[in-house]
Amino acid sequence: MVDKQRVDEATGTKTVGHEWDGIEELDTPMPRWWLWTLYATIIWGIIYVILYPAWPLVNSATEGVLGWSSRGEYEKSVAAREVELEPIRQALVSTDIRKLSGSPELLQAAIEGGRSAFKVHCVQCHGAGAAGSKGYPNLNDDEWLWGGDMEAIEYTLIHGIRNPDHPDTRFSQMPAFGRDGILQPNEIQDVVSHVRVLSGREQPSASSARGAVLFEANCTICHGNDAKGDRTQGAPNLTDAISLYGLDRASLTETVTNSRYGVMPRWGQRLDPATIRMLTAYVHSLGGGETLPAVEELNEETLEQVNGDAVTNEAEQSNTARSGQDEQS
Amino acid sequence: MSNPEEIFDPQLQLYEKRKGVYPKAVDGTFRRLKWVIMAVTLGIYYITPWIRWDRGPYAPDQAVLVDLANRRFFMFGIEIWPHEFYYVAGMLVMAGIGLFLVTSAVGRAWCGYSCPQTVWTDLFQHVERAIDGDRNAQFRLQDAPWGPKKIAKRLSKWTIWLLLSVATGGAWIFYFADAPTLARDFFTGEAAFVAYATVGVLTATTFIFGGFMREQVCIYMCPWPRIQAAMMDENSLTVTYKDWRGEPRGSVKKAQAQPGSFGDCIDCNQCVAVCPTGIDIREGPQIGCITCALCIDACDNVMDQVGRPRGLIDYVTEEDAEREKLGQPHTPVLKTLFRPRTILYFSAWGAIGLAMLFAVGNRTRIDISANHDRNPLYVQLADGDVRNAYTVNLRNMENRPREMEISMSGLHGAVLWTNEGLRETAGQNVLVKVPADSVGRVRLFVAAPGDGPARKEFKLTVQAKDDRTAQDTHDVFFERPEIAE
Repeated sequence: MVDKQRVDEATGTKTVGHEWDGIEELDTPMPRWWLWTLYATIIWGIIYVILYPAWPLVNSATEGVLGWSSRGEYEKSVAAREVELEPIRQALVSTDIRKLSGSPELLQAAIEGGRSAFKVHCVQCHGAGAAGSKGYPNLNDDEWLWGGDMEAIEYTLIHGIRNPDHPDTRFSQMPAFGRDGILQPNEIQDVVSHVRVLSGREQPSASSARGAVLFEANCTICHGNDAKGDRTQGAPNLTDAISLYGLDRASLTETVTNSRYGVMPRWGQRLDPATIRMLTAYVHSLGGGETLPAVEELNEETLEQVNGDAVTNEAEQSNTARSGQDEQS
Repeated sequence: MSNPEEIFDPQLQLYEKRKGVYPKAVDGTFRRLKWVIMAVTLGIYYITPWIRWDRGPYAPDQAVLVDLANRRFFMFGIEIWPHEFYYVAGMLVMAGIGLFLVTSAVGRAWCGYSCPQTVWTDLFQHVERAIDGDRNAQFRLQDAPWGPKKIAKRLSKWTIWLLLSVATGGAWIFYFADAPTLARDFFTGEAAFVAYATVGVLTATTFIFGGFMREQVCIYMCPWPRIQAAMMDENSLTVTYKDWRGEPRGSVKKAQAQPGSFGDCIDCNQCVAVCPTGIDIREGPQIGCITCALCIDACDNVMDQVGRPRGLIDYVTEEDAEREKLGQPHTPVLKTLFRPRTILYFSAWGAIGLAMLFAVGNRTRIDISANHDRNPLYVQLADGDVRNAYTVNLRNMENRPREMEISMSGLHGAVLWTNEGLRETAGQNVLVKVPADSVGRVRLFVAAPGDGPARKEFKLTVQAKDDRTAQDTHDVFFERPEIAE
């Protein structure tokens, strides 16, 4: 190839030596600054390799004398963000939960914080969309076993449900009517019929009529005479469209026969108060959150009155809740 | 054909040292045109960010502002949101086609007159001549050994270049923030790091490109000459040395001694001396020629002195050059200018411009979009109704806070409310306050009876309370459980 190289007469430049159907290419010299730029990039590369992680090894990579790592940068930025968020967390803890809705920005911050905390701690049972599944309540709907206002949700979060070794936990236990021999299998079927009639899933029948009598005797103490449940005991409303374990005959038979015993950890033991506040606000915001009746009536005057007159029943409750929370943290 | 001695000639190297270019000062029509264009382009560049434009209390009062932080682009009466970026794309397309148009008509006018590389190089060369003297003085200074005088001259030249560079980089940042505020912050050291970094980078590039790289940028780095060469044809104006008139070259003395045997070119080399890219135009059209036409000025001055007609070097189209060689008159200017190619470019350019003006005039400044919650798709409510939730974005593109009404149609028995409302008080529509020039986001709940199709399409409509004509509609779905138990 090289012997085909020649000097082009018109330009005085060498050709590269290739020839395609009579077309040749000039080997025009590169500008010298280009060469220096190339050298500069090589030097840059060497310096970079010395300073930063560069060469992959079998299990790791060279670390570089600066000690820089992307994980380190990540940790630094997380730490910096934590410092930024600290005032919000402080404000959250020091704000009366009944007045949280009065400061929309703080509430919104709490909801966003709760959204991410929920994904870490709660999705395992309640699902990513908080829609739950059989045995795990849907937190989006408007039915609450233990109450759906901010205070009730926070209490449930802090103390959990049916924690054996915790006195303040949400607790109740439905009898296992079949297993413990309180009702006979045919009686259980009658109760099931009645419960299905209550929620409009069946037409009244002779079985449901018998069931109504049994229900009156055995169930109303918790579920109420109107079967609308009792939140102080976590007894569900049996007349509406929502049920935790299903309203088909098989599920209901299982519930009445063997009872149910849903549990939830007491998060007061595991999470800091600010995170619990955030989770409370998030769960409350999902669409089923209930307003505290007291909040609407509490204006500045009555608040002063409340503070002045020692404590009302409401405030007392919330104090209990908060002292419980302090204990936990 | 091949000659080893020539190939391995030490003169022919793989890398070539830059040959210094020391263009001589020249005066003439085109030089004056360049002055005017330099004044206008630099004036636009430096003054634009300081023009004020009142937009009321909710928007910046800077006429031209690229507000990257808030993702808004302001240009006098027009405000562009990120989703309207196609207007910017349209302007870039217009700029592209405009360049095709200019190039097909008058050749590399962009390179010769208005390219920033040309303008700043020209400016730097004027500084250079003011400090070092004209071409010959510059040669002498370059070859002179380093001494107090040379050091003083170099330092003062570089200092002025550096000041110009800082001013260039400094002006750029004012397009991206409120200019007076940024200027104050910049000098008190309170501006953002990115402002200083930008000024630093642009100062460096201006200093290096304008002071040292110059024609190297045009010849080796810039793709423009290649593209422009492809867009020119035989009817595009280009700077041409009329070799049929000038050759063979000979001095005035020689021509007097042997009348008739020499052309008009007296081989005075003035065209080469004034060339800012250091080429010899007499070798014919070449990639290094940016058609700045300074050689035309130089040659015309010489022709005047020796009493020969002007225009030995002139703006001529390739076709006219052929005609002139044959002794025919030039094609009429209008005929050269209005030919299918230029008309086509102009039509495309104008059509895009008119379409964009029309679109800008008719755009609505209100917008709704709704994202259906995916998890859960629906929520069973205690009373048998089903609830769906949507994240609704309401764009208020006016520079005033507005109250907007969201309403729905096509969903029987449904009510809607936002995260700030309650189902108990919900109705067929809901009012939302959206701050000026921003996107309001609300969570919208819609509840409807549980007995209905599993998937039903309905419409969400937003309407501004202060201007009932402005409205926008978004189609969304309402989901229900497949089979009611």
